[in-house]
Amino acid sequence: MTTATQFAVTCHGVTKTYGTGPDRVPALRGIDLEVAAGELLMLVGPSGCGKTTLISVIAGILDHDEGEVRVFGEDLKAAKQNARTRFRGRNVGFVFQAFNLLPALTALENVAVPLLILGEPRKRALERAQATLEKVGLAERSGSLPAQLSGGQQQRVAIARALVHEPRLIVCDEPTSSLDHETGHKVMQVMRSVALSQERALVVVTHDARIFEFADRIARMDDGRIQKVVSSPAEL
Amino acid sequence: MNRVALKMLMGDRAKYIGIVFGITFASLLITQQMSIFVGIMARTFGSIADLSQPDVWVMDPKVMMIDDIKPLQSTQLYRVRGIEGVEWAVPLYRGLLKARLSNGSFQTCTVTGLDDTTLLGGPPEMLEGRLEDLRLTDSVIVDIAGATGRLAKPAATPEGRPTPLKLGDTLEINDKRATVVGICRVQRTFQSQPVVYTTYSRAMSFAPRERKLLSFILVGLEPGARAPEVCERIQERTGLQAVTRDDFIWMTMNYFLKYTGIPINFGTAVLLGFFVGIAIAGMTFFNFTQDNLKQFGALKAMGTTNGTLLRMILLQSSMVGAIGYGMGVGAASLFGYLTRNSELAFRMPWQVLAISACAVLFICVVSALFSIRKVIKLEPAIVFKS
Repeated sequence: MTTATQFAVTCHGVTKTYGTGPDRVPALRGIDLEVAAGELLMLVGPSGCGKTTLISVIAGILDHDEGEVRVFGEDLKAAKQNARTRFRGRNVGFVFQAFNLLPALTALENVAVPLLILGEPRKRALERAQATLEKVGLAERSGSLPAQLSGGQQQRVAIARALVHEPRLIVCDEPTSSLDHETGHKVMQVMRSVALSQERALVVVTHDARIFEFADRIARMDDGRIQKVVSSPAEL
Repeated sequence: MNRVALKMLMGDRAKYIGIVFGITFASLLITQQMSIFVGIMARTFGSIADLSQPDVWVMDPKVMMIDDIKPLQSTQLYRVRGIEGVEWAVPLYRGLLKARLSNGSFQTCTVTGLDDTTLLGGPPEMLEGRLEDLRLTDSVIVDIAGATGRLAKPAATPEGRPTPLKLGDTLEINDKRATVVGICRVQRTFQSQPVVYTTYSRAMSFAPRERKLLSFILVGLEPGARAPEVCERIQERTGLQAVTRDDFIWMTMNYFLKYTGIPINFGTAVLLGFFVGIAIAGMTFFNFTQDNLKQFGALKAMGTTNGTLLRMILLQSSMVGAIGYGMGVGAASLFGYLTRNSELAFRMPWQVLAISACAVLFICVVSALFSIRKVIKLEPAIVFKS
């Protein structure tokens, strides 16, 4: 099923509708999009335009109705649920708007979670988590609980968690929306410098125009469609 | 992921304590009420359990339990002695007689008359005096609870304390003089009267004149004789009811189970504990899962399979179950220990612990099932909803 490709993600004619009958709400109306490996693509657009639905489909946590989505050549919709879950575990990293860190775990333990999910021994997982926390500049806060960290620090922990198992695709949902301008910038700098590599693609959903400068390309969505894809914020 | 599951559970301290408290309370209530139930049931057959020597009890066919006495003709004793497989057979009198105390008041006692020759069927533990002293004139042995309680000499002043009966003190039983020659300890019985032991012939003199006074015939079997077969032979040839000691214990217990409200009363309390446990533990555990749905969703999105999530929830549930069960059983044991010298019937055999464990397990499984269903059906896309 895997094919050699330079694209991390390819979407062709992807549709998704929520609800049935009179309550039907079309969220995606035929999306065509490609994200290259080593690229940071931002998805922008008004609320309700389908951005979050699209990254959910790309990340393999939501089934689309029609069309084709391949992530590193893999058709996730065709895979069985457990296989898809395992694929996500190995290949996809998540950064959520609300961080979604486990409040009872320390920053270090939170970062180690994806490795533990993959079955890595605890000791080794914690060592790798510590190394990743160092990359995002939070080594000294490894023993802190999420509640003891600032918003920016929590988001960096979330980024470390998304990176620790070296996934090939990272999807981020409004990673800077709950951060102030300066912290948001720092977080995006970390994302670009640490997360992005030739083998890894980043798809970032955002409303925050202040971070557009970090994108390689920006896809503007509206009403379930990709309106345009540009290379610089000025072209939007 | 086990450690993650436990940390998630214990991280929310208030809910964790709430769940453990719910299960502890259920476990305590179930264990304590069942132990009291077992204790009370054990009292129903205390008089039978005290007599370890007889293999078979012979009685009127209509007798349903130890206190349901329908006297036999004394000649039946000789008929039983002649049956194949019977090594010995002795009479036992058991009846309620009134004893007159030194202040003139009366107290009903359970009088047990033992075979004059062998004194078989005597008290299991002598605290003072000797069983053989029953062969002395007018002698009786009194149980310690009766001697220090209802048969004690009343206090001389209203503030004073009653004086326990001691060796050499006398009573009047049915206007006949009785001298205390021993103090014994017997198992508490369902009847709360003092227990008085004497010889069979003296018991006959204490008892009001009746045509038949023989309450039971106690039978010992010849070596190699099988109890069920001997019982059958006794029934065939005498028309009497013959049962083994264990069967008589069960007969007595079944009588109380069938004809009294005890099982319903205690069953209600046990059920209450069970449902309270399900309600508190189940709802709190469900709420805990509900509150953590986003976290479970995040774990699911990050690649945790349903099987792993299932194991995590079962582990969380087992952990609170084990702690709650241990604390509940511990509290029930402490309750039993603290009340060991009181009137309260409390007996905690391993079966009570096993039933309580099963009940707690059931509570935990039900609690976990609600949560598991919710988590398994959870769409991981929930993580992107703000």
